[in-house]
This record gives sequence, structure tokens and C-alpha cells, in this order.
Amino acid sequence: MLPGTPFHSRTAPLCAAHNWRRWGPCVVAGSYDLHPEREYFAVRTSAALFDVSPLYKYAIRGVDATRLLNRVITRDVSRCRVGQVFYTPWCDAAGKVLDDGTLQRLGESVFRLTCAEPNLQWLYANATGLQVEIEDVSEQVAALSLQGPSARAILQHLCPADLNDLRYFHVMGSQLGSVAVEISRTGYSGDLGYEVWCEAAAAPQLWDLIWEAGMPYGLVPAGILALDVARVEAGLLLLDVDYTSARAAAIEARKSSPYELGLGWAVDLRKENFVGRAALALEQTRPAQWRFVGIEVDWLDVEGLFNAAGLAPQVPTQTLRASVPLYLSDEWVGYASSTVWSPITKRYIGLAHLRAPHFATGTSLQMEVTVEHQRRLASAKVVELPFYDPPRKRS
Amino acid sequence: MAKRYDAIIVGGGHNGLVAAAYLARAGREVLVLEQRHLVGGATVTEELYPGFKYSVFSYVVSLLRPEIMRDLSLARHGLEILPLESTFTPLPGGDYLLRGPDHAQTHREIYRHSPRDADVYDEYGRLMAQMAMAVRPILGMVPPDPAAPGWRDLQSLAQLGSHVRALGGERFHALAKLMTMSAADFLDEWFECEPLKATMSASGIIGTFLGPRSPGSAYVLLHHYMGEIDGAFRAWGFARGGTGAISSAIASAARSFGAEIRTNAAVQQVITKNGRAMGVVLADGEEIYARVVASSLDPKRTFLKLCAPADLPTEFREAIERFKIRGSSGKVNLSLAALPNFTSLPGMGMHLRGSISISPSMDYLEQAFDDAKYGEFSRHPYMDVLIPSLIDPGMAPPGQHVMSCFVQYAPYNLKGGWTDAQRTAFGDTVVNTLCEYAPNLRENILHRQVLSPADIESVTGLTEGNIFQGELALNQLFFLRPVPGWAQYRTPVRALYQCGSGTHPGGGICGAPGRLAAMEMLRDGL
Ligand SMILES: Cc1cc2nc3c(=O)[nH]c(=O)nc-3n(C[C@H](O)[C@H](O)[C@H](O)COP(=O)(O)OP(=O)(O)OC[C@H]3O[C@@H](n4cnc5c(N)ncnc54)[C@H](O)[C@@H]3O)c2cc1C
Repeated sequence: MLPGTPFHSRTAPLCAAHNWRRWGPCVVAGSYDLHPEREYFAVRTSAALFDVSPLYKYAIRGVDATRLLNRVITRDVSRCRVGQVFYTPWCDAAGKVLDDGTLQRLGESVFRLTCAEPNLQWLYANATGLQVEIEDVSEQVAALSLQGPSARAILQHLCPADLNDLRYFHVMGSQLGSVAVEISRTGYSGDLGYEVWCEAAAAPQLWDLIWEAGMPYGLVPAGILALDVARVEAGLLLLDVDYTSARAAAIEARKSSPYELGLGWAVDLRKENFVGRAALALEQTRPAQWRFVGIEVDWLDVEGLFNAAGLAPQVPTQTLRASVPLYLSDEWVGYASSTVWSPITKRYIGLAHLRAPHFATGTSLQMEVTVEHQRRLASAKVVELPFYDPPRKRS
Repeated sequence: MAKRYDAIIVGGGHNGLVAAAYLARAGREVLVLEQRHLVGGATVTEELYPGFKYSVFSYVVSLLRPEIMRDLSLARHGLEILPLESTFTPLPGGDYLLRGPDHAQTHREIYRHSPRDADVYDEYGRLMAQMAMAVRPILGMVPPDPAAPGWRDLQSLAQLGSHVRALGGERFHALAKLMTMSAADFLDEWFECEPLKATMSASGIIGTFLGPRSPGSAYVLLHHYMGEIDGAFRAWGFARGGTGAISSAIASAARSFGAEIRTNAAVQQVITKNGRAMGVVLADGEEIYARVVASSLDPKRTFLKLCAPADLPTEFREAIERFKIRGSSGKVNLSLAALPNFTSLPGMGMHLRGSISISPSMDYLEQAFDDAKYGEFSRHPYMDVLIPSLIDPGMAPPGQHVMSCFVQYAPYNLKGGWTDAQRTAFGDTVVNTLCEYAPNLRENILHRQVLSPADIESVTGLTEGNIFQGELALNQLFFLRPVPGWAQYRTPVRALYQCGSGTHPGGGICGAPGRLAAMEMLRDGL
């Protein structure tokens, strides 16, 4: 049996749906309620509390920590100030993405790297000859993600420091009640939010503190189904869903470069050498073959297809993590990797990979839609990401 | 010379704003004139007690047309609709009926009251949804004129006929029954559980001066299912920020297309010349001219107050005078220090996050109506209660709440009139009734706003405080709304149009009257 997380004693009694889902090495709540709609809306209107402990976490310390990380990730670590957080991918020698995650700079030479898959061996392999200590703290560190417009007000009740001073993608040490934590102004929701990191042993205590402070604000415990809708609206990709790690790809065609995933902004070719640099430098000089884009499926078309079958339109209310073909005229031009109905923007949206030259914003496409067991085509168009971007996200 | 607009819209309720947005989107120069300091009419949010926001009048959105949300990009202009989870009917004996989003849970719950009803509940829902599907096109259609049909009227009638024919025998018969029966009789054919029947029938009596046993009250049951067939696009729920957020979003869309909106600008009269509307005079005497004038006020106010009698044909005027617009509802808004605790289902839960219906039985509702028939407000009123702050915590300070109580019946023509003392007595009746189910309510009330139909009239201008600008009875719907022969948004005065809830498809936060009227104006060459 897969273990629960350090918060299991708190999340289990709340999980009325008994809807447990695997996430990495653990199980977490898929949704707490039988219907996860409320959990999603909490992210957008009040606040939602997610257990994100299953993330892999590595503590990286030592005089050469910066050098190691600069060798591994595609962004320039020397530009990451103490107290700052970088979102970044990392690649293999061919410049194909292995994983992506966040890097917290907790001290001059103290970092925490979080990611979706195990990367310990990769870090070791790149540390040869460096004075650096790499520790897998995945099980020692528990984490909660508090996301939504009321997140700051809730956390401020517990946090002695003024949270207005903690800027987007920054991190600080703090003490909530008697629990020592790091608070990062991050999240996977595209909304105002924080992630709070603590020792596993203190996890239940941290949950209780936030839970109680959140009550008056309508805090809702939320599972990964709700998060999965929010992150698509935010245009955030997910490993194993929107791309395959170069490490796991069965064939070359399944690998992607950061440029092909819309992460070109996170590749710094000016910095010292890093894994994949040569390949990426070369790729950058060539026209892109693929691009990661947002698509919006035409509602009237979908409605028409279903109405013709005598049915009300059906769209995925949970993120459909399946590849759906996209066509232009009769030609296959790519695929959507995550599609969902966006409740807040009232749009049928998807994250998609499109072949050159069909990825320009505004390009008209068709997406495959299954209506009464038959494959039909609904029109769709390429749109800018993210789909939902409230000013409070960065506030 | 002063500027001449393409169109003046009288009244900045949501329909006036929708009409303005569509005209501006088509490139016309539009001016909206609203008498109050804020737009929205019966669709407003106001902070009458610091920190607590009331959806003062309308409180849930259900019929807002998806095409309007799309055409005007209302989501981009800030409209967010949050789901309501449940319908909770507390009962006097200490029991309750709770219906929620989960099918199996709801089945179990109804089963507790009636195993038979639990099984037919789904079948009923399916039938109603199918009928709603057949009837839905009507909401987006300019009513045909069957008495003097033009080419387009015939086409609409044919289209309608084919939809209805496609229903097939059994469903067609059900539709015919719905059109003619009372909600009580119709539901009696299906169910036996009193709180279930009463709560469902309530949607048929909201805003009307009918009881659940009055013929014609069944049709509105369908409206409840209209939203469902829009699939994920349905608009059933609570607008974040209260219903005023809907008006704000529409106003913002209208402005983005170039419409001008003036508040504190009450229109006194429509200026006419040779039977044609030329503009309006404001209460302060200012005259503003336009190629067309469209009024979103109710038909009585538009024709009997803003138009000179000489401008209207006598028969038309009489028909408008006969138009039924009886006020029957009141509203009580509360600021609460803590949540109500229901004796039948204590504590916090899904039951507080949806609609709370005080409708224990058919007799209860009918007796509530009996009081009103004889000029009293109901001693034990029907209520549709919502705790908006549980759905959008931004409606009240942290840990505190607002409560919206829609109350029926409160007749406009109350014996002795709506004095301050009567208003207070009405407010007390509402609170006392709720305290029978949730006794801690009284001690937690921080502020109370009581609105009689007379108050609704004086604030919004809705004649008699009728919430739909005229009853949604079958004799006043579709090509009969507001009066036969004038259901296509035009009026006997050339260049004067109607675009409010008094026109097809009627009241509620729907927007269709405003949209269809704008389209007719454009069709006429505006
Ligand atoms: C208490 C109550 C509860 C309701 N609950 C719901 C609900 O929950 N859900 C729902 O869908 N519907 C509900 N309704 C009905 C719904 O709110 C109305 O049908 C709808 O808002 C009417 O919109 P409208 O634009 O047609 O008219 P109105 O909102 O009446 O707009 C007319 C506007 O004209 C203005 N005006 C009046 N006279 C003048 C003048 N001389 N010059 C300039 N401006 C003027 C008014 O101030 C007002 O802003 C409720 C209504 C009430 C009163």
C-alpha cells in the first residue's frame, strides 16, 4: 500500500469522497467532496488548501551548490538572489527536457529544488568533482499550498512578518505558532497563493493552524482534481501529461526541448556551460518545429454537435489528461494534451502542441470531439496563454 | 447644437445595459439614462451596513442567456458565476429534505421520505429537461405575430412547430399539461412527498400573484430546467460580488464598445413629434435627442408615465392598463454575526451553501397565498433564503455573514397600506418564521433591511414592486407580452421601443429582452 503524506491524519477524516489518488510515492485526496466543483471555486474566490507533500525535494548545500545547479538547470542561478524562487526546467545533453520545478534559494549556498519526479541520481551525476552536499528531503519536508484570493489574509493571521513584503516568487523563513516554516509566494494555481514548508513531524500542527485561521474566510480543503483545472487555466504544464521526460520517452519524437514547451524564457544561453546548452544554442538558430499553445474550442460548434444528437453539450469538467488530435483542413497538425471546461472564464480550453507553421495566435483548427461514440470535429483556435490571469496573482 | 445620439436607453437595469451593449457593439452611439446613482435596477449590490454587501433585490442568476455572456465577453468583464450546491427544506417537526449535486445522495435522501418519489425523481428530471430543450429556442426568438403573420413570423411558427413535434406523443402531452395546469396538480401526478412537491412548485409561484393551486403556475417549473440544457454553460448560481456584479460586467462591456452611461439622470418624458419619438426630457429639464428611444422600464411606467396620452391609441393604452403587474413579494436582507444553526440539521454543511426553502407543504404555500388574497402579508410566508457569504466570502467580513430572504406573499395593496409599522411587522414575521427553524438567528442579527413591494417600487421604479415587470402568466407571455400585437419590441409610437422585462421572454436576470430589442432596432435600420 502506498503511504499517505504527513498530513494524512488531518486529510483522511475530511475526505468524504474517499477519493484517493496516487501522486508520486504517496496517495493524496483527488477530491474531498463527492463533487470537486466547490474545491475549484475556492481557489478562485476564497482559498483552498492543498497537500503538496508528494513533491520530490532536494536540499543542496555547499560552496559549489551554485555551480552544480547552474550546470543542471537552464536558468542562471547567479541571478537568483537569496530569498528568491526560480521556476525552471532542466535538460539532457540533447537539450530535451527531463523535468521542471522550482528552485528556492534559502541562503547564499543553500537551495531547495522541488520537482515531480526523482532526480537524485541526476544531481549526483552532475556533482562529480564539486564540493556540494545533496540530500533527498522528500520525506522529511511536508508542504501545504494555500491558494486563492484570501490566502494572504489567512496566512497573515499566523505570520509575524508582513506578507505584503514577500513578493511573487520569493521565499522566507518564518514561524507559524510553534512551527518553523519556509513560506514561498508560489503555487500551481495561477492565483494569489503561498506554499508553506515544514518538518514532517510538525505537519499536523501546521495543518491545524492554517485550518483554523482559514475558517472565517471559507477555506476549503482541496484535492488535485481541482488543482488540475486551475493549472490548465493558468497555462501551466504537467510532466507526464503535457510532456514526457526525455528520460522516460520511448521514442525520440516524444521528447521536447524547452523552446517547444513555451519555456524558452527560462533558458539562459549567456550563462556558463550547462547540460544541453550546445544543443539548445543550435536549436535557437533554427525555426521552431513545435510550439506549446493554448487553444479554445468553439462552444457553439460543440453545442451544435451534441444538440444534433439530441443531447445537452458535454465537455470535460475535470481535466482530460489524454492526447486529442488537432487538424487543419484534413491534415493532422498536433494534439491537445490537457483539455477542460474552464468554469470561471466559461470557455472550453486546452493546452496543445502544434507543428510549424500552424501555431500562430488566432490560427483556426479543428479538435476531435466524441459525440455519441462518433468522432466529430469542432472548430478551435490558437489563443494566448494563460487563459486566466488575475492581477492578484502577482500582487 | 447639442449632440444627437443614435439611441437613448431609458433605465440602466440589466436589460437596458444589454440593449446598449449590443447597439454600441454594432457601432451605434448610445446613451443610457439611469435615475439612480448606480446601474443595475433590480440587479444591484449595495453595502448598506459597513462590510456587508447585499444583493438587494435579485439574488441568484439562472436564465442569463449564454449567447449574451459570449457576445459581450462578460467573463472578461468580471462576471464569475459560482455554483449553488443544494436545496434545503427544513420542516417544522424537526426533519428536513436536502437535495444536492450528488445523484445517489439525493436519491437516498428522498427515499427517506418516499421510496416511490426517489425513483421517479430522475424520470421527472429527464422529461422536464427534454421539454425545456424543445421550448428553449423561444427564449432567443422574437415572438411571431400569429394574428398578422409576416414571412418571418411564419418561419418562427414553423420552427417552433417542428421543435414541439419532435417531442413525440408522451412529451407533447406533458407540455400541454404544463401550459395549462397548476404546479400543484402537475406535481401531484408525479410525487407524494409534501416538502418535495412544495419546494419544487415554489419556482412556479415566485413573482406572481398566484398560489401553487392556481392554473397556469406549472409552466414556470420548466424554467428551472432551462439552464440544465446549456450544459457547462449554464448560468445557475450566485454571481461573485452579488447580482450587482452582473450589471457591472454588462455596463463595463457596454462602455468598452463606446456606450455612454449616465446615472442620476431620471427621464421625465419621451419627446415626440408627429407620432415619432425624438428624444427625452430629464427631470431637471434637460432635453436629449436621439434617432430612437428604447425604454427598459415596465410597460405601465413606459406608456402611462413617460408618454403623453395623446401619443398612444386608446385601445393600446387600455390594454396596457389591463396588463397584470401585481406586486406579491418582499425581500429581507440580514447582516449576521454568526451562521444560523438549524435545529433539524445543526452545524455547518452543504445545506447552508445553497437555497434554503421555507416550503414544508403545499398547504403551507397555499395558506400563505390565502392571506395575500385578502390583503394581508402571509403570517407564515414562503421564503427562498440564501447565505451569499458562504458562497462568496467576500460578501461579508471574515467569519460573519449576509443572508438574503426572498419572501412571499407580500401584496402591494396591503390593507391599510405599507406604513413603517407594517414594514416592521413584516420584517418581524420573516425573522420569527426563520427562528422556528433556526432559533439562534435573532440574536445574531447585526442589521436588517426590509423591503416591501412598495419599497421595491419606490427604489427601482418597478410598478407595484412586481419583480418581473409584469406577471409571467401564460396570458402575458410570448406573443402576448406585454400586449397582443406589440410583442416585437416596437410600440405605437414610431422610433420608441421597449427593451425591459415587460417584453418577451420576460423577467428575471436574463438579458434576452434587451438583446432581442436591440436586434429589432438594428433590423429597422438604426
Ligand atoms: C426582490 C426581487 C428579487 C428578485 N430575485 C430574482 C432572482 O433571484 N433571480 C432572477 O433572475 N431575477 C430576480 N428578480 C427579477 C429580476 O431582478 C428582474 O426581472 C430584472 O432585474 C429586471 O431587469 P430590467 O433591466 O428589465 O428592469 P429593471 O431592473 O427594473 O431596470 C429598470 C431601470 O430603470 C430605472 N428607471 C426607472 N425609472 C426611470 C426613469 N424615469 N428614468 C431613468 N431610469 C429609470 C430603474 O432605476 C432601473 O435601474 C428579482 C426581482 C426583485 C425585485
